[in-house]
Amino acid sequence: MTRNVLSRAYNSDIFYSFSHSPTAIVSAVVALLICLGALFAPLVSPHNPFDLATLDLLDANIPPIWSADGDSRFLLGTDDQGRDMLSAILYGSRISLLVGLASVLFSLVVGVSLGLISGYAGGRVDSVIMRIADVQLSFPAILIALLIDGIARGLLPRHLHDSLSLYVLIFAIGISGWVQYARTVRGATMVERNKEYVQAARLIGMRPFTILRRHILPNVLGPVLVIATIHLAVAIITEATLSFLGVGIPPTTPSLGTLIRIGNSYLFSGDWWISIFPGIALVLLALSVNLLGDWLRDALNPKLR
Amino acid sequence: MALLDIENLHIEFSSRHGNVVAIQDVSLSLEKGEILGVVGESGAGKSTIGNAVIGLLEPPGKMTRGTVLLNGQRIDQLPPHAFREVRGRRIGMIFQDPLTSLDPLQTVGDQLIESMQVHLRIGQHQARKRAVELLTSVGIEQPELRLDQYPHQFSGGMRQRVVIALALCCEPEVIIADEPTTALDVSIQAQILDLLRALCKEKQVGMIIITHDMGVIAEITDRVAVLYRGKLVEEGPTRQVLGSPEHLYTKSLISAVPRSDIKLRRFPMVTYIEGIQENVRKDNLATATRWMGQQRNFGGKSDKPLVQVSDLGMRFVLRNSFLKKNRITLDAVKGVSFSIKEGEVFGLVGESGSGKSTIARLIAGLYQTSYGSVHFNNVNVTQLDDKKMLNSFRRQIQMVFQDPFSSLNPRMRILDIVAEPIRFHKLANTEALTRQIVSGLLDYVGLSDQALARFPHEFSGGQRQRICIARALATRPRFLICDEPTSALDVSIQAQILNLLKDLQESLGLTILFISHDLPVIRQMCDRVGVMRHGELLEVAETETLFSDPRHDYTKHLLSLMPGLDFLSREGLDLEDAAAQQAM
Repeated sequence: MTRNVLSRAYNSDIFYSFSHSPTAIVSAVVALLICLGALFAPLVSPHNPFDLATLDLLDANIPPIWSADGDSRFLLGTDDQGRDMLSAILYGSRISLLVGLASVLFSLVVGVSLGLISGYAGGRVDSVIMRIADVQLSFPAILIALLIDGIARGLLPRHLHDSLSLYVLIFAIGISGWVQYARTVRGATMVERNKEYVQAARLIGMRPFTILRRHILPNVLGPVLVIATIHLAVAIITEATLSFLGVGIPPTTPSLGTLIRIGNSYLFSGDWWISIFPGIALVLLALSVNLLGDWLRDALNPKLR
Repeated sequence: MALLDIENLHIEFSSRHGNVVAIQDVSLSLEKGEILGVVGESGAGKSTIGNAVIGLLEPPGKMTRGTVLLNGQRIDQLPPHAFREVRGRRIGMIFQDPLTSLDPLQTVGDQLIESMQVHLRIGQHQARKRAVELLTSVGIEQPELRLDQYPHQFSGGMRQRVVIALALCCEPEVIIADEPTTALDVSIQAQILDLLRALCKEKQVGMIIITHDMGVIAEITDRVAVLYRGKLVEEGPTRQVLGSPEHLYTKSLISAVPRSDIKLRRFPMVTYIEGIQENVRKDNLATATRWMGQQRNFGGKSDKPLVQVSDLGMRFVLRNSFLKKNRITLDAVKGVSFSIKEGEVFGLVGESGSGKSTIARLIAGLYQTSYGSVHFNNVNVTQLDDKKMLNSFRRQIQMVFQDPFSSLNPRMRILDIVAEPIRFHKLANTEALTRQIVSGLLDYVGLSDQALARFPHEFSGGQRQRICIARALATRPRFLICDEPTSALDVSIQAQILNLLKDLQESLGLTILFISHDLPVIRQMCDRVGVMRHGELLEVAETETLFSDPRHDYTKHLLSLMPGLDFLSREGLDLEDAAAQQAM
């Protein structure tokens, strides 16, 4: 059975398109490397940047290993608290990826469900959902995320801030992105619901919910997959932006955005590496995921094939 | 020297799975004022020939051999800019869908004038004058006024007339018409064909008509070329080829054409068919031992009405508004009453927009009725709210849809598609039994067990329609609604599916509501027929009576539009009525 699946995957058009697109291969490799590095950060990183006992303020602001004042212990130098940059980046991308994936998943579930309901029910339900979507679209996503983050901070007691900030951030980024999914899925659902296989299902007496789950959902997921990939890059950048603005992840468990912010204040004193290396990591991650999304969109679109 | 000479045309499509030969050594020639029909089933390569002649072969298609000569000049190797001079100027084109072959953002006049200015290099004023003449010659009234209208202001038939005017505007030597009437209703088809023929003869233009429709071929072509899988199997004068075909494929193709003049008991075996063999099931249909035949307390013809439709109406809201008076509504079905007897095949015929499909969906319960009632087995099903009753009603009515490509969920395996009704209604206790039933159903409609694990896209249109029928039979229905079940299919496949439906109806005693726009098909299938127009039922009669002695004027009109197929070969036909054969 697995052999069968493998050979089908190998012969599929998607795989063919993948193996004939250098961009897709390179970006997949880069994305995979960063993901693996993040996933196995405790194993591959030379230091544990969260372990306060190993930090030494005397090690602060050491430049990368290849410059004159470099230290052989710290490949990419250290930040203002003496944390090893390489380790901080690996652990940081862990948080960035976690927030990105979780918030994309959150938007996807909310957006796809609302889109399915909206497209299938039509009429008033559709109008209400889509007008809410329109209102939300008139604000920039980052503003909505900031707003939610601000409200959450105001409502939550102070001692919960740090422990809950991760979840608040996921919720804020997630809720700011559902509209795209809902719109796409709504359109596709409206096309699918008029197809005759849906009528055949209605004919045997199936309930709308079952029809949506069994028949329509699998047929509208294609474009959703593409949006999700591209959205992942956006979500990672949004998280970095929020953290850079200081409303995201607390500095004790830095994400890539937080690292860039920390380094920002040292840029003019010549300590460039604190900002630049996390920045490069962020660009590589977002770019490769984005390129993969682009490729997937083209590969799944029969008109561009 | 002929007007257009196609010699040894050879076209290949290359893909990563290897080269596919679409056209293999086809030679055709066309004289002035002659209409050549190119006929074949889907995938035969008809349109590919047309596209190759006008230099619009889409990559990866490639002409690997052969020449195309227009008036002795070789045109297939012209560079793109020179080919543009030929295309439109010397070769005109008419496409299938008039809706998409006109630019919706330009007025009809602008499109005609632009084309003339580019090709004939004449002034604005002169071009406009000519455009008026052209519209008059294709039978459009008030051409001055119509010139400044947009395509959406024209009806389908009128639009196709405009497309013809566009093809004629630069006085081409050759016109290539690719399925020019397929998207049109019968009554408009007849007008357009008359127009094309008259224009061809009058202006001495050579025309190639590409079509799958034997009726069109019989109606207007002088000569016909029959294509089968990229090969030219037979060519000659139309009457000769259709009347006494020589090649086996042509014979089987002609025998599969539904006739308007005679009723067949069954379509003869169509020998030249895609992969699957039609199994001769007539004698081994042991339905009593199969899933389909079990637990049936009905069957056989009786005069008791099974379905009774009284004063049925359906109103669609086209534009909703808060105030009732501002709403725009459309009465798709206006107070229709008829009844269908147990065990008969009842036909509904009418042109597009006549409300036949709406009636089918109202009976099936897919639409809510606006007024009137549907009684099934003496129960009013429009007001059923008891869930148990509703489910048992649903099990007894099933539907076969028109489009075999959208009626199967592309993400589900055939096993799951056919088993869905069985699982939903919990008709089988175990998964093994379900599987056995499904495999029996597939076998019954002529598919093997290998189909179970496959996905719909791996099947052809005809095979998909078989799967749809298997699914419809899965609940052991008593009443089957077929909504244009064959209009998306090729002639030979249509013959197979109609045979299958006939066999099922006979062996299972099914009652069928058969909806079609195609009168010959109706004649082959139905016991009684209702004729519909604009949501009203005009006439209900026994099929044979309707064809021999129509009452309503509209019915007479429809019958007069049927292409005359009486000279078609009758070799090997299985006639219903031996007397009819003797009368020949």
